[in-house]
This record gives sequence, C-alpha cells and structure tokens, in this order.
Amino acid sequence: MTAPRPLSLHVPEPGCRPGDTPDFSDFEIPRAGAVRRPAIDEAPEDMRDMAFSVVRVLNKAGEAVGPWAGLLDAEALRTGLRHMLTLRQFDERMLKAQRQGKTSFYMQHLGEEAVSCAFHMALQDGDMHFPTYRQAGLLIASGYPMTDMMNQIYSNAADPLKGRQLPVMYSARDHGFFTISGNLGTQFIQAVGWAMASAISNDTKIAAGWIGDGSTSESDFHAAMVFASSYKAPVILNIVNNQWAISTFQGMARGGAVTFAARGHGFGIPSIRVDGNDYLAVHAVASWAAERARTSLGPTLIEHVTYRAGGHSTSDDPSAYRSKEEFSAWPLGEPIDRLKRHLITIGEWSEERHTQALAEITDEVRACQKKAEANGTLISGPKPSPRAMFDDVYAEMPPHLQRQRQEAGF
Amino acid sequence: MARMSMIEAIRNAHDLAMDRDRQVVVFGEDVGYFGGVFRCTAGLQKKYGSNRCFDAPISENGIVGAAVGMCAYGLKPVVEIQFADYMYPAYDQIVSEAARMRHRSAGQFTCPMVIRMPTGGGIFGGQTHSQSPEALFTHVAGLKVVVPSNPRDAKGLLLASIEDPDPVIFLEPKRLYNGPFDGHHDRPVVSWKNHELGDVSEDYFTVPLGKAKIRREGSALTVLAYGTMVFVAQAAAEEAGVDAEIIDLRTLLPLDLETIEASVKKTGRCVVIHEATKTSGFGAELSAVVQESCFYHLEAPIVRVTGWDTPYPHAQEWTYFPGPERIKRAFAQVLEG
Ligand SMILES: Cc1ncc(C[n+]2csc(CCOP(=O)(O)OP(=O)(O)O)c2C)c(N)n1
Repeated sequence: MTAPRPLSLHVPEPGCRPGDTPDFSDFEIPRAGAVRRPAIDEAPEDMRDMAFSVVRVLNKAGEAVGPWAGLLDAEALRTGLRHMLTLRQFDERMLKAQRQGKTSFYMQHLGEEAVSCAFHMALQDGDMHFPTYRQAGLLIASGYPMTDMMNQIYSNAADPLKGRQLPVMYSARDHGFFTISGNLGTQFIQAVGWAMASAISNDTKIAAGWIGDGSTSESDFHAAMVFASSYKAPVILNIVNNQWAISTFQGMARGGAVTFAARGHGFGIPSIRVDGNDYLAVHAVASWAAERARTSLGPTLIEHVTYRAGGHSTSDDPSAYRSKEEFSAWPLGEPIDRLKRHLITIGEWSEERHTQALAEITDEVRACQKKAEANGTLISGPKPSPRAMFDDVYAEMPPHLQRQRQEAGF
Repeated sequence: MARMSMIEAIRNAHDLAMDRDRQVVVFGEDVGYFGGVFRCTAGLQKKYGSNRCFDAPISENGIVGAAVGMCAYGLKPVVEIQFADYMYPAYDQIVSEAARMRHRSAGQFTCPMVIRMPTGGGIFGGQTHSQSPEALFTHVAGLKVVVPSNPRDAKGLLLASIEDPDPVIFLEPKRLYNGPFDGHHDRPVVSWKNHELGDVSEDYFTVPLGKAKIRREGSALTVLAYGTMVFVAQAAAEEAGVDAEIIDLRTLLPLDLETIEASVKKTGRCVVIHEATKTSGFGAELSAVVQESCFYHLEAPIVRVTGWDTPYPHAQEWTYFPGPERIKRAFAQVLEG
C-alpha cells in the first residue's frame, strides 16, 4: 500500500480580483431562442437540461426569437421599460439622498431591474411575493406609491412602518409584498407555507419566494425545497444569482454544483435558468412557472442569472474585492438597454420617445421625493411618534409595556 | 504601545493567536479576502493563507456546526457571525452542541472555540443590526460570555478566549469599534486614537476571563455595566456629579461576584445598566445576585436601566438606547431611597 498523501483544504476563489482582467469565457451562453420550451406538465426528470442552459429571448440585434418569445405586446413592453427606468431613477435619487445624509442606508438594483419588474407582470393580483431586499421592482411594477417607499426609506412621519424598519425593508400586504426581514433566507420557507395554505384553503392564489445566490446556503433555503417538493406547493422559488454576496462570489454558496438551478433536481423540482437581464425571458419563464403552480403541478425553481453592478449596499465598497471592469465585461448586457433596443427594432419606440419618457420619469420621481421630504427625513423634519415604538409589539399592549411607555415619557 | 481602535486590537489579537498556535483557524462570512465587513480579520488570509483564514457560505448554522467538528478534531476555530442578530440559525449548534460537548461526552470531546459577533445599537442598524442577545447565552450552561468595552480589553480578552478550553461567546459592541461613546449621539464621534483606553501593547497579553474591572471608584452607589454602557454610565456620573463606582463586568459568564459584592457592600446602592430589553434580561440576573449577597447592605432597591421591551427601532434608536438622562434619573432614584 502506498503511504497516504497529506490532504489540503479547497477554498473556492473567484477567477478575477481587483487588478485582474475579467474573463467570462467559461460562462456558456446559448444563443437567444436556442433553448426549448417544455410543456408545463413535462416530468421534472425529462427537463433536467433546463437547469444547465439559459433561457434567452432577446438577441444581439434586438429581436425577440425562439419558443419563449411572443407573450407580450408592444404596450406591455413599453410599460415594462417604464418600470425599469423608474426603478433606476428611484435608486439614483435614493442613493444620493443617503449620501446627503438624509437616511442611514440604501440598497440599489443597478443591472438587476428586469428580474423583479418582468416577473411581477407574470403574476396576478392576490398572489403573494416573499421578497428579499433587492426586489423593489415588484412594488414599482405593482403601482405602489413611490412616495410611500421614500417615506419608509426616510423613516419619517408618514413612514407606513412607523420608523421601525431599516430603509428598503418594505411591507405592502395589499400589493402582494410580504414584510422584508433583515435575516437572510427566512422568507423562502415562509413563501412555501403561504402557498401550502392557499392549497389547503382550495384557493387559486400562488406564492413566489425570492432569495439571493449567497443566501441559498442558509438552512431555510433547503427547508423550503423539502416542503415545496413534498407538498407540491403552488410556489415559484426564485434564486437571484447576481454573482456576488457582499464580497463573497457565487461559487462559495454553489459549492460543487454546476448551477444553482441544479439544486432543484435532488428534490424533483423542475428547474430553469434564465437570462435575468432579458425582460422577455424573465417574464416568459415566470409565466410558465406560474401556470404550473396554478394548475396544481407544483413548485418551480428559477435561477435568474444577472450581475450586481453597484455596491452591495451604501456601506459597501466593491472595488475592494472585485475588478472594476467586471460589469462592463459581463456578457448578458444591461436590461434597460436591451429592452429599449428591442422596442426600437420592432418600430415601437425611438430615441426621442426614450429621452422624453426618461425626462417624465425623472420629474415624477423628483416630485415624489419632494413630497416625501415634506414628511421629514431621518435627520430632520417631522418624525414618527416615539410612542409608536411601543405599539404593535402585541395586539394589545400589556401592562409592563404601558409602564415602560410612561417611563419613557410618551 | 500603540494607539489602536477596537477593530485594530481585535485584528492584532487574531494575528498573534494565529502566529503562536497553528491550531487556530479563522472563518466566517466575508472574513477571508475582504477581511470582514467591519475589517476585524483584514490581512489574515494574506499572511496565514486560505487554509487558516477563509470565507464561509452564508450559513451561520454551518459555520458553528463546522467549528464544532473542527474542535472535535483538535483545532481551535475563531468564527465570526457577521452581526449578532444572525446567530439565531446557529443557536442550536451553539446551545445544544458546543455548550454541552464536554459534559455529554464526559470530556472526550470539547469545544475550544470562540464565536465573535458585533452587538448593540447606536449605528442606525434597525431591528436586525442592533440586538444585544447576551442573556440568550448567559442562560446556557457550558458557555462563557465576554463583552469588552475598550481596545485593550478586547485584545486581552480575545486572546484569553482563544486560549480558553471551552466555547466562548465574544460580543463586540459595534458602537465602540472606532471610538468610545460619550453618551451623546449629537456630538462628534471620539476616536480611540486620542483616548487612554486606546493604548494597547503590541505584545501578546491576556486579560483573564471572569474578572471585572472598576472603571471609576466611588462611594455613593455602584453601577454594574458592560460594553457601550460603561461609557454612558461614566457620562451620567460626571454630568450628575455623583460619586458613582462604575464596574465594567467584562465577562458576564462566569461573573466576578467578588468585585460586585465588595462594591455594593461598600456603597449600599446599585444601578444595573444594559442596552438589551429589560424582561428576563441580564440585568435581572445581576439584580438577583446583588440581592442574594448584599441584601442587608442595601439602602435602596436596585434600579435597572435598559432598552425597552420592544424590537430596536430604526428611527427611534436614541429613545430606545439608555442614555445619560435615564441613567441620571436612576441615580437620583437610588440615592433618594
Ligand atoms: C442570517 C443572515 N446572515 C448574514 C447577514 C448579512 N448579510 C446581509 S446581505 C448578505 C449577502 C447576501 O447575498 P445574496 O444572498 O447573494 O444577495 P445579494 O445581496 O447579492 O442580492 C449578508 C451576508 C444577514 N442579513 N442575515
């Protein structure tokens, strides 16, 4: 017998760090239109290929091609473009507001706008999203008032959450938007529970859970997969793979798996990978999964392949851990440009209309910000009553809290 | 001697421990290449290699569970939970596994690990970046619980924790990472660089676990505090002109009963301060301990000043946080009694 050789620990490392030249040549991207569209009742074991490819609709020329194309008319696409532009403007202004010290913190969506905006269009009123902090596009696309979003970010007197939650941790039940937790991953299994409840109640509504690539390593992710699989819950399980979890690259959470979508296979859950920067592809895949859920065919796992172009949050400096050039080298392009190009290609949009739309949106966002700031910001102007701190801990305030509120002087 | 922030002192302690003992490994979310979101482990991966300092998947349960396994092998893991608020998924591994390993295996397996986590509020972190969960740990047999209040202690206590043969929960008040807190959030932040407690020896030294430190001598009343609250208590005592004896507990479990007892017997009055919620908080334990050992010396009921029994609110943190005003009122109350 040969003497055993010493072991060594494998610690995954990204291919590119600050100073290196980004190289995405290993990332296999099928041509737009090349990936098949399975029947919604296709057996999970027959569609494993879907987890290793990338569903794409928009090609380089701006055309919508292949079996996933043709679901949205020009009017819907213009609405989609407007949602994404609005989200980007919203981000820009709120990022600036944070830099100006008007709030403590902000998290932007730069580069990921298509994921939540397009997905929202595939679901119906009454369905429930269990989002994490980078899906504000669900609110924008649902018509939730931007002023209320800003009131929340400013923790001001009109904050619907009474100054309790960290900025961007929205809650909007009437808009199908579950209250966001700062604790990663917890919402994923809750989404499954909501979907199970809908099934238990013989309802027709479905749920969508959202999680980042990094957070898929939390136990809650695996709990969600087991429950969704066992009970065939009417839920869509979305992994937003934006390549980074703060400074940690996606390979750390993915481990030895080839893709995040492939995680579904061990659970018998149909799993699809989609180009997250392609508005049409995200919408088409979401619609496919929604139909499966609504016809009692059970859960679908979707990996949205995208790129987090900005910092993780306003507390983060990404240049400390990744190449500054990485986003420009990112091969899936930029979602707003791609949809805009498509609309122009099909003769339904123009540079002039785009410039005009952008100006309108900028005005609208600015007006909302003005309205919100009239209600105060974190540092100045009207505030939620400190008295509210003691409300909603319980349905009815117990005596010890009443005493504490008095002691606090409210 | 060097002037160090608490972050630098913690980093320096890691460095010395890794240099001295090859069994020490350091891991957690973002701690490797980047050096942690608070930069407490910056440079360690470069110096010691990714075999000994590395990133972990976002799985607190996994981080602590893996550390338990490493301990069973014979390593001494020092793990970072990015914020104390995120230790809940790891709670089962900490409480049911790490804490009881020595006892349930009759000493065959032990857990000489350190679990570091930033705690406390005062940085507008909202309810999920501000919690002070010490009482959830002090209730657990088999754990040790440490809360430093300044760079020198942070370094010495961390080195003692790494040397300790049992699992240590090391709670770092993030409000104190860069400088002491004068108790008033509307004043400029003070830096440790200009503060005597920022004077830290670069040599290897330990501050023993289980030993409190009298931060300010006094005869009118005893203040029991730890972490950020030591500074708030100091501000209150100075502003109120009260001859308060302020005890920085430093280790909550095991508790330095001798120092507490001697002080309360001397002053006859006691104020207990912490940032965490009041009900079943660590202040309840402190009050009970003082009552048990000093009852006949007490001249007034013990008063607790704590956070309110609500989640930590983003916009109202300064109403939530026990500031000098509330502490001065408590002083007046015990002095009247
Ligand atoms: C339970 C828990 N652990 C750690 C954190 C700290 N944290 C906040 S965001 C984040 C990275 C999440 O990355 P990912 O899931 O990929 O989402 P992304 O930010 O990239 O959208 C970490 C580690 C947390 N909020 N909750």
